[in-house]
Amino acid sequence: MPYNRAHHRFAIFTAGATFCLLIAGALVTSNDAGLSVPDWPTSFGSLYKIPHMIGGVRFEHTHRMIAEFVGVLTVVLAIWTWRVDKRRWIKALAVGALGTVVAQGVLGGLTVLFYLPPLISSAHAALAQTFFCIAVAIAVFTGRRWVEEVPEVELDSRRPSLITLTLLSILVLYVQLILGAMFRHHGMSWWPHVVNAPVAALVLTWTAVRALAVYARIEAVRRPAILLLGLLITQLCLGFVAFLTRVAWGRDAVQPELPMVISTVAHVAVGALLLATAVVLAIQVWRHVPVAFAERVPEGGRRVVAA
Amino acid sequence: MNKKTWVSLLTLPCLGLGLLAGCSKKEEAQPAAAPEAAAPAAAAATPIDPATVASVTGTVKLDGAAPKAAKIDMSQDAACKGANSAETIVADGGNLANVFVYVKDGLGTRTFDVPTTAVTIDQQGCKYHPHVLGVMTGQNISIKNDDQTTHNIHPTPQSNREWNESQPPNATPIQKTFAREEIMLPVKCNQHPWMRMYINVVKSPFYSVTGPDGKYELKGLPPGTYTIAFVQEKLGEQTQQVTLAAKDSKTVDQSFKQQ
Ligand code: HEM
Ligand code: HEM
Repeated sequence: MPYNRAHHRFAIFTAGATFCLLIAGALVTSNDAGLSVPDWPTSFGSLYKIPHMIGGVRFEHTHRMIAEFVGVLTVVLAIWTWRVDKRRWIKALAVGALGTVVAQGVLGGLTVLFYLPPLISSAHAALAQTFFCIAVAIAVFTGRRWVEEVPEVELDSRRPSLITLTLLSILVLYVQLILGAMFRHHGMSWWPHVVNAPVAALVLTWTAVRALAVYARIEAVRRPAILLLGLLITQLCLGFVAFLTRVAWGRDAVQPELPMVISTVAHVAVGALLLATAVVLAIQVWRHVPVAFAERVPEGGRRVVAA
Repeated sequence: MNKKTWVSLLTLPCLGLGLLAGCSKKEEAQPAAAPEAAAPAAAAATPIDPATVASVTGTVKLDGAAPKAAKIDMSQDAACKGANSAETIVADGGNLANVFVYVKDGLGTRTFDVPTTAVTIDQQGCKYHPHVLGVMTGQNISIKNDDQTTHNIHPTPQSNREWNESQPPNATPIQKTFAREEIMLPVKCNQHPWMRMYINVVKSPFYSVTGPDGKYELKGLPPGTYTIAFVQEKLGEQTQQVTLAAKDSKTVDQSFKQQ
């Protein structure tokens, strides 16, 4: 199957637009503007008229418009992928992306209609990052490297295997995301998120260090591993600032204050990048560092070698 | 994937949307039903002999220096030109304003007529007037918008039904009632996130909100022993017992400690 440059670029563009959408959404939450437009799917009774963009409406309606735009991009991407890509699993993924974006839009609407219940708002926050990861994955799978290159492969005989570690990283990041979202949407205290942060940091560091120590030669693995470490440090710092501005200093704030808005939005955005990076790393590890065959089909009496 | 899968994947979200449309219609239908549920007190009120009624007056104080009011930044909406200090704690010369005072206990099974007149909430200068409101269960609240900007009114009750409506400039007032007793029910505007007020919904007419001088008055009480509660949005609740004989007029002062 030939590499399709326009298709790949479009996938990158969709992922980029989704990242902007995540920021727009986080701005809605941080500015407490989620209910400034009380109705859905209409906005102040109209499906297309742009309301006065003042106060909370600026954030909420901008978020809705970008979401519609990303929805259209996803439809185009799904149809395009379906027509040009020969790989069935990519077609499935593109259709899955479409289903996710629709479900995400419906969750966004539901949370408005039910006055932001913590569970629906948190589900909206978690599915948003899931969709972002899918968009990024499609961009990776349609890239020239992925399509044309014969992958460099190195067998993994260590335990736990690198792929296990990367999957574990994704898992702890999800837990961290859900705990953070539940706190952010007033459904839970802050401490589960803060307690799980060192756990997440440990698992991520282990994963990245293993990848860099053993497979640094493979560029496709090295790059996301380095990025993972860098983003992790950034995210821990941002989390600390978000905690100060939201919890320590922000308790009596009479309105959302700029330092709180900036730090929490940045924390959400870097959180999304971190999750997407972990997903990319998992994809690349899957491709380049498969588990040694003898290990994949375990025989009786096999001895597990510790990492 | 074949065509069938495609079709089913596409119809699922449509089904979801259809369902949603159904749900939102139900939501719209609810307010019409609410006033009915809200007016059970229309049954005969327990009579009170006007010749024996007593009254309680008093002043609510704040111990210690009042905190400096936080500044509000209204620059995000040019139509907002209100006083820009927050009303979390308003105390002038030690007199604490915006304290809700009501008879919390001692009225037994008495019921009371719900006033047919509405109480008013006015949105002016992107602030609520008053900041603390008392109203009886089932009594009409008329909410008007005097600003040249759109507000949304969003109460976040614990035991009443939640709602959220927007109100453009020059719109007719919104009429609402609350069916259940609830103290310090927060009301917010999500366009102007500093806008916040509290509605207190009670079953009796014996309530009052302290003014800038910290004073309140409860009139027309039948003789008896009562628990009077003083509630401040941030400083919480304090109570005092008072026994009233016929035609008594007693003074009950209360003070809050700065936290
Ligand atoms: C389709 C793609 C969409 C994506 C990727 C998306 C993403 C997001 C994100 C990342 C947040 C921030 C969550 C947080 O900071 O915790 C958010 C919040 C929000 N979104 Fe969306 N959104 C989408 C569509 C919609 C739609 C169609 C609506 C329709 C009304 C909507 C309404 C909201 C609301 C009201 C919030 C604030 C929730 C709260 O503060 O509790 N979203 N969105
Ligand atoms: C691996 C490290 C971390 C990750 C991946 C992470 C991720 C997240 C995410 C994704 C959210 C928002 C969820 C949403 O979209 O609604 C969030 C919220 C939050 N996180 Fe973290 N976090 C991490 C570490 C920390 C640390 C160390 C702290 C504090 C010491 C912290 C404090 C917070 C706070 C206070 C919020 C809520 C912000 C608000 O209420 O607006 N996080 N975190």
